[in-house]
Amino acid sequence: MAVRKLNELRTGERGIIERITGTGRFRQRLMEMGFVPGTEIMVEKYAPLKDPIEYVLKGYHVSLRHEEADRVLVRKTEEESRED
Amino acid sequence: MAKEITIALAGNPNSGKTTIFNNLTGARQKVGNWPGVTVEKKEGTATYGGYTIHVVDLPGTYSLTPYSQEEIIARNYIIEEKPDLVVNVIDASNLERNLYLASQLIDLGVKLVFALNMVDLAHSRGQIIDHEQLALLMGVPIIPTVGTKGRGTKELLEAIVRVAEDRESVTRHIHIDYGRELEEEIAKVQGMIRSARSSMDEHHARWMGIKLLENDEEVIKEIEKKPRKKAILDQLQRSKLRLQQILGDDPESLIADRRYGFIHGALKETLHHSKKDRRYLSDQVDTVLTNRLFGFPIFIFFIWAMFQLTFNLGSYPMAWIDAGVGLLTEFVGGLMGEGLLRGLVVDGIISGVGGVAVFLPNIFILFFCIALFEDTGYMARAAFIMDKVMHTLGLHGKSFIPMIMGFGCNVPAIMATRVLESRRDRILSILINPLISCSGKLPVYVLIAGALFGARAGNVIFSIYLIGIAMAILMGQIFKRTLFRGEIAPFVLELPPYRMPTLKGTVIHMWERGSIFIKKMGGVILLGSIIVWALSSFPQSVDYSRDYEAQKSHIHEEYAAVIQRADAAKAEVLAAKMDEKIGEIETLQKMEFQERSLLGRLGKVIAPVLHPVGFDWRAGVALLTGFVAKEIVVSTFGVLYQVGRDEGEKSEGLRAAIQHAMTPLVGYAFMIFVLAYTPCLATVAAIRRETGSWGWTAFSVGYGLALAWILAFIIYQGGMLLGWG
Repeated sequence: MAVRKLNELRTGERGIIERITGTGRFRQRLMEMGFVPGTEIMVEKYAPLKDPIEYVLKGYHVSLRHEEADRVLVRKTEEESRED
Repeated sequence: MAKEITIALAGNPNSGKTTIFNNLTGARQKVGNWPGVTVEKKEGTATYGGYTIHVVDLPGTYSLTPYSQEEIIARNYIIEEKPDLVVNVIDASNLERNLYLASQLIDLGVKLVFALNMVDLAHSRGQIIDHEQLALLMGVPIIPTVGTKGRGTKELLEAIVRVAEDRESVTRHIHIDYGRELEEEIAKVQGMIRSARSSMDEHHARWMGIKLLENDEEVIKEIEKKPRKKAILDQLQRSKLRLQQILGDDPESLIADRRYGFIHGALKETLHHSKKDRRYLSDQVDTVLTNRLFGFPIFIFFIWAMFQLTFNLGSYPMAWIDAGVGLLTEFVGGLMGEGLLRGLVVDGIISGVGGVAVFLPNIFILFFCIALFEDTGYMARAAFIMDKVMHTLGLHGKSFIPMIMGFGCNVPAIMATRVLESRRDRILSILINPLISCSGKLPVYVLIAGALFGARAGNVIFSIYLIGIAMAILMGQIFKRTLFRGEIAPFVLELPPYRMPTLKGTVIHMWERGSIFIKKMGGVILLGSIIVWALSSFPQSVDYSRDYEAQKSHIHEEYAAVIQRADAAKAEVLAAKMDEKIGEIETLQKMEFQERSLLGRLGKVIAPVLHPVGFDWRAGVALLTGFVAKEIVVSTFGVLYQVGRDEGEKSEGLRAAIQHAMTPLVGYAFMIFVLAYTPCLATVAAIRRETGSWGWTAFSVGYGLALAWILAFIIYQGGMLLGWG
């Protein structure tokens, strides 16, 4: 499965976090918030102006700006059929 | 003597920590600030089982890495003040992420109790938590609670006492296993620390070792102060390098990863999902409130409603307070004889305190609305919607609220910057906020534009508002690129589930913030208004150019004689005429007094500075008094142009005087000056209060004055060049 950037996923798509590029404060903050390799993440929705983007991971909702999601690499998973 | 326990309350934002704090302490709480910073500090007491329990509410944090002020405060309190134990409030419906902070607290080796909060919500979502098993795995007693319903409070208190007395059977110190490679390096660094300081206990040395590997600046600083720092730091470098080589990542990421690994392992055995359905009511509410089409209109409606409530509903109690202050002034003024003391009490103290009191309704209503936004979870959504717009201005999505509030009054607006977590964002918002034209500046615009621009006054005033917004954007960009370079905080904003707020919680929230305003700001404003009063009242004995008293008594005698001879109807007319004439003389006298007072002299001293922008000394004095509050500019003009103090911005006499004294070009430059320079004393006090720094306060005042002068200079000199003078 190809590695993609998190901001390339569309609403409703899911991925498994591969790693976060770069170093420093932002990277560690994301990891503390649960963006650790192997975690499943789903795109909940885009803001009305397309930025920021709301994600669901580890059972909670968090939003990242486009430029921030750009630094998160994910392995896209096959879309689960959602019953709703 | 009663036995005492001190506990600290830690937890993630949105974990319901505040409700637990309120449940534990009831009304026995006080709010202050942590020393040196503007982060709120709440303390309270509870009594249970013969103990007096002091509860210190730590700031809500996701972690204990020293990246934000809140995290440093929380950590330093635990390490330095050594509370008897720490209660970590954990959101049961968001267990995995909440346990991250818990894992750091376990590493710290302090005595712990976990309050597993909102278990009802977790349950309704089909999450079944075996909290007893989890407690055994973590070595910490876990008490299920429902903060909003007060459930679990007694059990929590009981557990606190048990742990404090070392009677809790679950409590044991566990080591989170960071994996063989990391553990080896932790052991090496830990060994170095222990050999340098043999008195340090093992848990703490291990914690320091982990923190050093995590690149923790505070602990590195701590080590640098101690003997054998070189040996320790050298070992640290070797360890980091080795981990990078064998595991291919930096230690801080590895540690974060392992912590989640530990949590994952613990939850595997203890957390079960009974439902697969993951769409909750909160998500459905959210699809409406952040909808692509309706999101903005709904948001604008909420802001509009808040604005209306704050300034319109607030105007009623405001008028009562104003009237009350007026009555008090009259009463006290009547009680005391004419003289210096009366001036000090009435014009200095009462009008100063009154000036603060008048803002109270606005501030309490505003804080109630903001508390409601925060407690329901809407604030995070507002930031989510607005972030794109605000980000282009170099600000955070949440900065929108203070910016829009600025149109009403900068004081609550600056206080509303508290919703921002990053200090950089907070200071940036505070610095540009005064450029938003508040309602106090409007009377000045109405007076000047009305007098000089006639039918075009509306457009002229609108243009000033627009220039203010443009300047706010421009200055935001400039500050972002100069003063705050490289400090950009990541957005990473949690969007908590929508919650039904409790009235009690929201009112407490409002009260905490409002009461700080009363306590801390009153003093500064009082002092400032006394200073301005003194400047405008001294020197007391002025050598007038004319003998006003003689003139007044002359008029009095003249009329008294005529009135006595006239019939009743005529006497009334004559008496009115006499009062009018005496009034005119008194205004002339006041005018000359103003001119010769320290304030007037100051106006003349600064006149050369204002000359290049086209203002005379009277405009200078008006601007000086406007430092207290912008509305005062109008009444100062009233005095200076001899039309009497009680004339408002719509007065014909005052307009005529302005037309005589200023050209439209000078008037426009004057309005721009009023727009940009320091809004008022109350705002300065608010800036001091919220930045916690006189340096930033002075900078705000200084750059406002400089900007005002430069803008006025460009307009006046440019206009003169173009022949518009």
